[in-house]
Amino acid sequence: MTSIQANPSDHADDQGHDDHGHGHDPNLAHHFESMEQQMDSGKLGMWLFLATEVLFFGGLFVAYAVLRARNPEVFSYASQYLDTIMGGINTCVLILSSLTMALAVRFAQQGRKGLLVLCLWLTMGGAVGFLVIKYFEYSHKIHDHLVWGGTFYEPVDESQKLLLETPEEALDTPLVTGPREANAAEARDIAMSQIVNRPEEAASSVKTAALGPAGLSAGPAAAEAAIEETESDGHSGAGHLADPEMPVGTHLFFGIYFCMTGLHGIHVVIGMGVIGWLIWRSQRGDFGPKYNTPVDLGGLYWHIVDLIWIFLFPLFYLIH
Amino acid sequence: MTTLDATSPNPSNTPVPPVDNYLTYTRGFLSWALTLDHKRIGLMYLVAVLGSFLVGGIFALLVRTELLTPGATIPGVDAEVYNQFFTLHGAIMVFLVIIPSIPAALGNFVLPIMLGAKDVAFPRLNLGSFYLWIIGAVLAVVSLAYGGFDTGWTFYTPYSTTTTTGGVIPVVTGVFILGFSSIFTGLNFVVTIHKLRPPGMTWFRMPLLLWALYATALIQVLATPVLGITLLMLIVERVFQIGLFDPAMGGDPVLFQHFFWFYSHPAVYIMILPAMGIISEIISVHAHRHIFGYRFIAFSSVAIAIFSFLVWGHHMFTSGQSPLMNVVFSLITFSVAIPSAIKVFNWMATLYRGSISINTPMLYGLGFIFLFTIGGLTGLHLGTLNTDIHLHDTYFVVAHFHYVMMGSALIAMIGGLHHWWPKMVGRMYNEKWGIIGFSLVFIGFNVTFFTQFMLGSHGMPRRYYNYQPEFQIYHVISTIGSYIMAAGFFWTLFYLLQSLFSGVKAPSNPWGGRSLEWQCTSPPPHDNFKTTPSVGDCYDFSVVKWDEEEGGYVVDRSEVDEERPDH
Repeated sequence: MTSIQANPSDHADDQGHDDHGHGHDPNLAHHFESMEQQMDSGKLGMWLFLATEVLFFGGLFVAYAVLRARNPEVFSYASQYLDTIMGGINTCVLILSSLTMALAVRFAQQGRKGLLVLCLWLTMGGAVGFLVIKYFEYSHKIHDHLVWGGTFYEPVDESQKLLLETPEEALDTPLVTGPREANAAEARDIAMSQIVNRPEEAASSVKTAALGPAGLSAGPAAAEAAIEETESDGHSGAGHLADPEMPVGTHLFFGIYFCMTGLHGIHVVIGMGVIGWLIWRSQRGDFGPKYNTPVDLGGLYWHIVDLIWIFLFPLFYLIH
Repeated sequence: MTTLDATSPNPSNTPVPPVDNYLTYTRGFLSWALTLDHKRIGLMYLVAVLGSFLVGGIFALLVRTELLTPGATIPGVDAEVYNQFFTLHGAIMVFLVIIPSIPAALGNFVLPIMLGAKDVAFPRLNLGSFYLWIIGAVLAVVSLAYGGFDTGWTFYTPYSTTTTTGGVIPVVTGVFILGFSSIFTGLNFVVTIHKLRPPGMTWFRMPLLLWALYATALIQVLATPVLGITLLMLIVERVFQIGLFDPAMGGDPVLFQHFFWFYSHPAVYIMILPAMGIISEIISVHAHRHIFGYRFIAFSSVAIAIFSFLVWGHHMFTSGQSPLMNVVFSLITFSVAIPSAIKVFNWMATLYRGSISINTPMLYGLGFIFLFTIGGLTGLHLGTLNTDIHLHDTYFVVAHFHYVMMGSALIAMIGGLHHWWPKMVGRMYNEKWGIIGFSLVFIGFNVTFFTQFMLGSHGMPRRYYNYQPEFQIYHVISTIGSYIMAAGFFWTLFYLLQSLFSGVKAPSNPWGGRSLEWQCTSPPPHDNFKTTPSVGDCYDFSVVKWDEEEGGYVVDRSEVDEERPDH
């Protein structure tokens, strides 16, 4: 017979707590029966949250798949503009940070506080390093107008401005809809028509140092050199608009690139917050062999941030 | 303070010394605002959801009143304003009311107690879910200050990405945040059901409401993130014009529909599954009959959850997708009707030869079965390709989804509210008034929406401000029905509130239930149970006896075989 009908004498205090007859682990929440139940629940909860993250990014992966299936030439062309070396370094940085995170969990389980804190700081360092490299990558792209949407079609240097000043036939239908100014739309129309029609005058007005088919086929190093050359001339950016090989719709590649790596970057920042919190708690001495669940769960989150990048990297940087 | 135990007598309204229950345990605004008690969180959700229901309902009445005559009816309401009315009605009802209502308001309260647990697995996350709901609701209101939105609750592109109506981004952000509220509630429930069941309660000894909430929680966790990313893409598209959904830039507006419905179809099962769980409880308790086909109902809940992910294309039959996709989606849509039908047959079999009490919860339960049958069967009209060509985007669709969303999910929610009202607030509502309220709602509902089936099959399109004169008579009848329904809801609100002040004090077990929530006091104490209770067959009513002294039912423990609880 269980005591749903409580007897007044059962009460140990007026908080409504009953006397278990043994000491509570201070980390045991009131509604759990045991530390094991609490830990198991936390782990299941975190794995479910990771499932939501997979589905969240999954939507963007589906968008990528649809865009790439419909525009395969765009993806293989535009991928070459991405800096594979920087992306590769970032991949290594994240994988290493996952290692240091896993080590941190191990040290927490062993109660080795100093090493735990060190590994957490190293993981944080990896996150910072990743974001620094990303900053450089992004700023190069933005500098070269290799960005999303209509901004892709804004002229970046003198040769391209020359392109746009010579109006060719206007298109029958406007290319870009939406609440944008008429001037910008017109400039894009003209730029797009130049690319589609590939007029001879436009090609000849392009500086030979600008990035073109020859530069691309010579490999990333040559492309980098070409970019530097044009920059040192006082003009900015690569002449992607002037490249007669550029497929229509290349802006879509950069659109989805920034969406996916941007969202991933936001998750890296969130991860830094989590790691920072773990550093603070570890420093306080909260974790040891009896209780280290937050480190464990934080580690799971960090691993999935790493895993998502491991999918992003080949899909954007390694397609030929 | 002593705790009122299950056998202490208080059949009448004689004054009693103050007792410790979750309502009186602590006092003050902060003790509610920062509570971790699932019962208080459930109650706060209930107030919030019912408040949103009132606002969404007012928009509905505005829509129906405007439709009394073709063209302009209400002064100052033109087509643009009308579009805002039905959009707000839909968005509020879907995102603020129906999706959260049963899991967050009733489920939060009842689920841990049914498990004999002290709380859900993650009480702080639970409170977080509530505040995310609040933020989402606030953003929806803020969007009105920016010009509102008139895209329809479905936010289809290219209109939603290009319209200059300024409230789109605020409300879409709000819905994004509401999505996380839903995800975290689902996550909480999955973990609670997996990890916090008491000794002896195997999966197949859980009350069926928990199976239903579990299946719902699975959908919430897996489907809602896709809505999140879809809305994020919509915002990015508006702000940055990437070109994802813009054909001129190489994108595809139908892609948005695929993304949107990939969530929104499972979402409708988030709405209906917990409702079905409530019906399993109501029907069995108020017919005093063991539920028929427990395992069939349990498995069908999970089957519906799985199938719900495979049918989204039936919202897009006329969008231009390939005939092959149309056929596949139509076929799977037909098969998703099967587990739902299994449940209906099981409920009918439960009623057969039961000792049926005709009270308000039972009436709502019976009403559910009737209205869900109509709603479900008309879903087949829409799932059939050749009829859907004619019925898509007509009032037939509107009638169908109101029968399942309102006539079923909402009706079940109100039935559940009455069923657990004594437990939650410790008072009985006036039964006669309850029956009046149900009658007004039921009659009003059918007058409103059955007429709309006829409107739709005769060709009246949905979301139209203006219409041909031959439709007017149907619109007038439907609008009159909506006023009757509104009267029923206001009446219900009135007598429920009134019961808080002068209702008869409720015993622990007013209805004769066998599941664990009926074995603690009404209202429950702060931590639900003093020690983990033992478990029996929660549908075995033979051991539940009326106790005159108690003024309610009591489980006769001498008849419960503790060794083999499900004898």
